[in-house]
Amino acid sequence: MIHYFEGQLGHALVIIAFITSLLSAYAFFKGRNQDKEWTSFGTKVFYAHTLAVVGIIGTLFYLITNHYFEYHYVFSHSSKILPVYYQISCFWEGQEGSFLLWIFWNAILGVVLINTNKFWKAPVMFVMALTQVFLVSMILGIVVFDVKIGSSPFMLLREVIDAPIFKTNPNFIPEDGNGLNPLLQNYWMVIHPPTLFLGFATTIIPFAYCIGGLIIRKNKEWIRPALPWAQFSAMILGVGILMGAYWAYETLNFGGYWNWDPVENAIYVPWLVLIAAIHVMIAYKKSGSALKLSMILVVASFILVLYATFLTRSGILGNSSVHSFTDLGLSGQLLIYLLAFFALSVFYIAKRWRDVPDTKEETSTYSREFWIFMGSAVLCLMAFQVLLYTSMPVYNQIAGSLGIDLNLAPPTDIYDAYSLPQLILSVFLAILSGTGQFFWWKKMDGKKLKEELRTPFLISLVVSGVIIVIGKITDPFYVILLIACMYSISANAKIFVGVAKSNIRLSGGSITHIGIAMMLVGILFSSGYSTILSTNYTSMVWSKEFPEEVNRDNLLLFINEPRQMSEYSMIYRGIRKETREEGFVDQNDLVLTVDPLKVIRKGDNQDTLTLISPENSYFEVEYHTEAGKQFTLFPRVQINKAMDMIVYSPDIKRKLSADMYTHVRTFPDPDQEPDWSEPKEVKVEIGDRFFINDYVATLERMEPISSIDGTPLSSGDVAVKAVINVQGEFGDYQTEPVFVIRDQEYVGRIDDQVNDLAFRISIQNIIPQENAVILAYQTTQKDWIIMEAVKKPWINLLWIGTFLLVIGFIVAIRRRYLEFVKMRDKGVEA
Amino acid sequence: MKKKYIAAIVIIAIAITMIVSMTGDASTYVSFSEAKVLSEKGFKKSIHVVGELPKTASGEVVGIQESPDKLSFKFEMVDENGLKQQVLFAEPIPTDFTRSEQVVIVGAYKGEKFVAEKILLKCPSKYQEEPEFTS
Repeated sequence: MIHYFEGQLGHALVIIAFITSLLSAYAFFKGRNQDKEWTSFGTKVFYAHTLAVVGIIGTLFYLITNHYFEYHYVFSHSSKILPVYYQISCFWEGQEGSFLLWIFWNAILGVVLINTNKFWKAPVMFVMALTQVFLVSMILGIVVFDVKIGSSPFMLLREVIDAPIFKTNPNFIPEDGNGLNPLLQNYWMVIHPPTLFLGFATTIIPFAYCIGGLIIRKNKEWIRPALPWAQFSAMILGVGILMGAYWAYETLNFGGYWNWDPVENAIYVPWLVLIAAIHVMIAYKKSGSALKLSMILVVASFILVLYATFLTRSGILGNSSVHSFTDLGLSGQLLIYLLAFFALSVFYIAKRWRDVPDTKEETSTYSREFWIFMGSAVLCLMAFQVLLYTSMPVYNQIAGSLGIDLNLAPPTDIYDAYSLPQLILSVFLAILSGTGQFFWWKKMDGKKLKEELRTPFLISLVVSGVIIVIGKITDPFYVILLIACMYSISANAKIFVGVAKSNIRLSGGSITHIGIAMMLVGILFSSGYSTILSTNYTSMVWSKEFPEEVNRDNLLLFINEPRQMSEYSMIYRGIRKETREEGFVDQNDLVLTVDPLKVIRKGDNQDTLTLISPENSYFEVEYHTEAGKQFTLFPRVQINKAMDMIVYSPDIKRKLSADMYTHVRTFPDPDQEPDWSEPKEVKVEIGDRFFINDYVATLERMEPISSIDGTPLSSGDVAVKAVINVQGEFGDYQTEPVFVIRDQEYVGRIDDQVNDLAFRISIQNIIPQENAVILAYQTTQKDWIIMEAVKKPWINLLWIGTFLLVIGFIVAIRRRYLEFVKMRDKGVEA
Repeated sequence: MKKKYIAAIVIIAIAITMIVSMTGDASTYVSFSEAKVLSEKGFKKSIHVVGELPKTASGEVVGIQESPDKLSFKFEMVDENGLKQQVLFAEPIPTDFTRSEQVVIVGAYKGEKFVAEKILLKCPSKYQEEPEFTS
């Protein structure tokens, strides 16, 4: 039975959310000049809006958790076997759900703003409510004059998909859904998208303060309340980005944490601009310069978020990205959203431009502003560079609409296109962040500067020198980057010690800068000096086909056959399933049941085990050295039949100084029947030894049996099994082919297969007179995997640096927020 | 005011350098015959070719040869102009290779042979639009 009510309720709530956002935007605009009535009306309507948004999310979750597969969103993104925490992830697999997440955060942030700030409430909430109008319109799902506005998550399957079954049976409901994309079934994917979307949502707040300030002619007062929010936003975005990087490192198969994918770039660019904006805002607070620049950068960071949204959701990226969303036909609407806010910003900035005071004094090289502007300029250039390259599909589109076939394809060398220019600019960033801090805290002249910089400079040279010698760093560019980072760390450490002595609450900047420099060092080593351990030097026969030498980074491992790889001897042990009760269990020992989550272990006890995820299989790979077994890794493959997706994920052995990263590239297709050899027959008596596929086998005994696979034999049937012991390289296997005679005349043969030893065996005939049996066996290729192993040194510095970055931000946010609260409580917020 | 202008000029100069290098770094989508001409002219950089794998009437992909050690393979691809070309790839066969609807190869001609550095697959059902139902 189709559940109509829930979907209609959801859709009604969407419409309510849309109308309330529109209404509250209007009310807040009317109330912008401290009009109490309009503001309080706007507030009430915004609360109603928030309730509606929560209602939408609750309704959609209800549909998902009750498996109402008559709904398209539920069918496309979930399935019955999905655990609850991944049911939450269904929200961000689809466009509609991820818009909802964004809308949700915006509503919550709106409520926070309403309750923390009276003076700014109306103008700021006007901008917030206005963004909600646009966002909610994306999931509105109504048709006005033949124009589809938004795509609703509450559409029935039959309304979206034109399958023949709906013509014969309109009430058809599929048994199960497509399931969640295997890539999203990872715990990082439960927390990374909400974090990133919170970051996305918070970029609106400094923007809202800026535009709100311009609307009510508080052209400079907006900076104080906006600053802690900008810092909060930059912190959350930074954490969100790095969580994404960590997820990619753990789950994706490209062997790293950053791939310069358009989706990654789309969020990296606004983040850089936001960081630049924060620096300029701080400079303004200290000395009153560069207000116009602050405005431009704050606005730019939000507009770039909208541009990122447009890029990733309009389908314009097409083939150039792994994780852009499917095109929902919203590109027009997204473009309007982008252009509307762009126009709004340009309009108000232009309108107030003359009223905004210019910087009067000439900035001297020894002033703190000079160094901050330099740093911001470098950040903006980094952003510009990435933006330029990522926008290539946009150039194609624009040129195409003008009738020019531009035909630009993404750059083929990612390192040259992105990593190198970004790292070059990072050198400047590191130097500036080290030096600039001295100007920040003290009045400087040439002589004093030399004095201050001497110690950190010497320390950085000594430390870098040691690292260069030990780490055998020869690339001159890496040497420069390393020295610059060490300089930044030691200079900022010196500042930190000085500041912490007087007031530790002011030390946020230096901690953050140390974090950034450490992250850069981590990136330098883990990427620049990662070594592929599995590089293949043997079996070059076929590579003669290639016109020149090619790197072959992969290793073929047959089951239970050790292969040498750098200092390790590797052994692949076979495919494992992960059970709740006993961890990893050999797949060959398990029998599937009707319930996809339950399996039965072969053998006498017939234990029932629970699979953690039936889609997942793990390859057990052992690393040995001469000293014995070192560690075992379980790289994963995830097969989603409904989506026809096969996803491999690495497993990582974490050591303090390096990560050992192992991932499987391919393995025999489980759906494909292997090629069996022609059967070979052997005649054996009980107790005889013989060879199967070069393994020693013994026919232990013959046993009559009374049931086959749990089904008892009917009277008149006779069955017997042969118990054969086979000695593998690492332990014995028992195999039991069965011979049945039904109704005293029909012969049935049930063969038994030993996957690890790559053979199957059956009883051809029994010769009672000779007390012998004729066995037939067939062999095939042994089970194998092709894997790549990479060593990534000092990647931990990247993660440690990230933690420092966050701590630094928290210290800085606290300081700026207390400043704002102090002034607000004094009533001088404007 | 002077320093401000110098800074602005420097920033603009760097930005222009970036734009210029972008036009140099951008690759292009070409057909096999265009790629051939480019390589004969001495053009060394990698290009993108879009195409499909040749199939028999029953939908089976033909022309794939795997090296004995499975670490590299050769396959045939038909570009958008219908030209068939053998492609060499020094990586194992991707698991869903034969299921792909469209293949984009990034690489270049080395003499008569096309050597791919990267293969991008577009699988029809990655985001399923038309699921199969059995009632």
